[in-house]
Amino acid sequence: MTEAAQSRGKLQFRWGQFRELNVLVAFLLFCLFFYWRRPDTFIKPANLAVIMRFIATFGMLAIGEVLVIITGGIDLSVGSMIAFTGVTTAWLILKGVGNLLPPIGMVPAILIALALGALVGIWHGLFVTKLGIPPFIITLGTWLIARGLAAYITRGYPQVFDSGHPFLVLGQGDVGGIPISFLILLGVAAVISIILNHTPLGYRIYAVGGNIEAARLSGVNVDQVRIFCYAISGFLAALTGVILASRLGQGTPTVGAAYELWGIAAAVIGGTSLMGGEGTVLGAILGSGIVGVMQNGMVLTNVSSYLQDVILGIVLVVAVVYDTLRRSGQKLLFWKK
Amino acid sequence: MNEQQMILRMEGISKSFPGVQALHNVDFDVQEGEVLGLVGENGAGKSTLMKILSGAYRKDTGRIFLNGQETEIESPHHAQQLGIAIIYQEFNLTPNQTAAANVFIAREPRRLQLGRFISFVDRRRMEREAQEHLDRVGARVPATALVRDLSVAEQQMVEVAKALAVDARVIIMDEPTSALGEDEVEKLFQIIATLKQQGIAVVFITHRLEEVFRVADRVMVLRDGRRVGCMPIAEVTPERVIHLMVGRELRDMFSKEEAQIGPPLLEVRGLTRRGVVEDVSFTLRRGEILGFAGLVGAGRTETARLLFGADPRDAGEIYVDGKPVKINSPMDAVMAGIGLVPEDRGNQGLVLSLPVLQNIVLPTLDRHTGVWVWMDRRRLRATAREYVDKLDIRTPHLEQKAMFLSGGNQQKTVVAKWLASQPRVLIMDEPTRGIDVGAKAEVHALMSRLAQAGVGIIMISSELPEILGMSDRILVMAEGKVAAILDREEATQESIMAYASGEEIGNTVVDAALA
Repeated sequence: MTEAAQSRGKLQFRWGQFRELNVLVAFLLFCLFFYWRRPDTFIKPANLAVIMRFIATFGMLAIGEVLVIITGGIDLSVGSMIAFTGVTTAWLILKGVGNLLPPIGMVPAILIALALGALVGIWHGLFVTKLGIPPFIITLGTWLIARGLAAYITRGYPQVFDSGHPFLVLGQGDVGGIPISFLILLGVAAVISIILNHTPLGYRIYAVGGNIEAARLSGVNVDQVRIFCYAISGFLAALTGVILASRLGQGTPTVGAAYELWGIAAAVIGGTSLMGGEGTVLGAILGSGIVGVMQNGMVLTNVSSYLQDVILGIVLVVAVVYDTLRRSGQKLLFWKK
Repeated sequence: MNEQQMILRMEGISKSFPGVQALHNVDFDVQEGEVLGLVGENGAGKSTLMKILSGAYRKDTGRIFLNGQETEIESPHHAQQLGIAIIYQEFNLTPNQTAAANVFIAREPRRLQLGRFISFVDRRRMEREAQEHLDRVGARVPATALVRDLSVAEQQMVEVAKALAVDARVIIMDEPTSALGEDEVEKLFQIIATLKQQGIAVVFITHRLEEVFRVADRVMVLRDGRRVGCMPIAEVTPERVIHLMVGRELRDMFSKEEAQIGPPLLEVRGLTRRGVVEDVSFTLRRGEILGFAGLVGAGRTETARLLFGADPRDAGEIYVDGKPVKINSPMDAVMAGIGLVPEDRGNQGLVLSLPVLQNIVLPTLDRHTGVWVWMDRRRLRATAREYVDKLDIRTPHLEQKAMFLSGGNQQKTVVAKWLASQPRVLIMDEPTRGIDVGAKAEVHALMSRLAQAGVGIIMISSELPEILGMSDRILVMAEGKVAAILDREEATQESIMAYASGEEIGNTVVDAALA
């Protein structure tokens, strides 16, 4: 092969490897479309902040799901974990635990909630790896348990913060018009992206997802890798729970219903394969971006709220069909085999 | 010859895929009651030709005649209707259904037809007729048995029965012996003889030439998509066929070069997994190739997996350099300097969806980190490149997904992965199964070089010539136990087979074989 041919091959390969290109283009097209329909409001800073807050919530969940789904699993507990950890944070800050613990400061309360999320994730991971329980089932269990506990702790009543409570900054504050929650998402995305692409752990996560037996026989500690992914998913659910409690100004046992499914949908729209082995952080964020922009745009363009779900459902199906065709080697827009 | 009816003839078949001309103008014919051996290196076009015949691919040009009539084969279903059945290496069976249900899959006998869409399966009749077909191939398999409970050989018989149930006149078998032990191969040959008597044409695709010479009436050789020869088996020698296949003379099939055998490296004592492996003990020296011979199911692979920590063991101690090591997982084994090239490349050796690069560095990721845990990509690439070059793995670039490599190159990638970890002991389970003659010779040469570098190699193989050609010593297993450890000089095919066939034969037979 000549030098020129080699470098040309490399260039083509790089484009081929940029699998999120489809998703990015779709995202930009949706943005353009709604900008065209509502040029006055769509790019107003206030509206952009709404979209960014949306992405901050669902992007975070989608990143967790991407990690778990790459290893061939699923995490259905995150919506309920949002409620459980949000309620726990509010409870710890406002009331403490009965006679045992007086109300505690914001920072320790948040740290406890985050640790709780990670521990529940590890719990899932242990069931999946050591006992061979299907991830669908064990996280479905937590889906019920966490929701129930959130309601039990609060007896069903929301734990409301006074307006002006410093805790509310996390979900409501912004830096130069960019919501703090969105900045947190960017930080999380950067860290997870680095783990996936630049550390031995990341290489192992993809190997476990691609072929768990081959990975195990290559000396990969496959249990550890999978437990890590569930732990991160739990941790990110807790982080989302804390941020949502702050945004809403209360810990509510009913918050986050069906959010796990939105997180999974965003991950899948972003090119994550439910068969395992494939998925990226960028895809997760772009996927939740598409969902966020569409939901926002449809509100701005006065689409019936019933129809909104119909349209989002169609987008999800189209995305998956497109991805499946691409995988089976069909030549499609923007992607060459 | 003239009285025999020509059942199938293909003329001038060509087929191309993007970038590859898989078949050039190939002629093919097979007659009633004939066994045709179809041989050629990987990528020679055997599978493509057979897939055209079985309707899985459409030909570009050429004509197909069935019983003298020109026919277009439109789909696998159509091929079946025309009486052409193919048995792939990977069986098409549903494991959770009975043998009978598999034999009659999608064509179950019905009773009580209610209108167009509602009917009930006549299970008794299905089982009775399936049993007849199974008996016809001499399979001692109850039609009511679940396929998942059957051995590989028995599953193959179910496949043959399935072909008989659709009245196949031509049965194509793709590498039918690759998953069978020596005794099971014998049974398969008997089945083929039975089919032959019933006037069925059998196309037998294999990598093992000696099998072609055992069962085939004619042998057809493909090379690079062209037919390079087709002749009655009585008129050729194996050397001639190999010459046609590779286009060059292979001087020596087993290029073992002598290596300096050093002090004991690995010692295994009393390795046991109840019901599978019992009390296996042996010593492996530096630079030694220890062959593991035995029938399929004798516990060779299982012993390797225990040694590697892939399965839990009930008892046994492992020493490396005289020091005890704890191996409870493959991770421990890798740490102790042991590598395993498993028998099933696709499912156990490689992550097919990942690039060659990441497959090669998988066991050694920790050795390729730079600052903190950040991967040093340059070093990763350099390592992968080094072993791709060393083993001459043919891949367009390091980012090529492993699934797109040929069998031989996949196998070399698995070996590269372990060489990169610089193991002291390398276990190779059927290292040359299903790879072509050229790649085989390369793997053998590589084993010799490793041994010369002081690596101890355990080679599990079901091919006795390979065992005899490559091993310094041969450990024969039977029924989960060590039946014998033979020096290279005293071992013969007969003595190994005698030990491998186990205790019930008794020592007299072994002695007779040795005499």
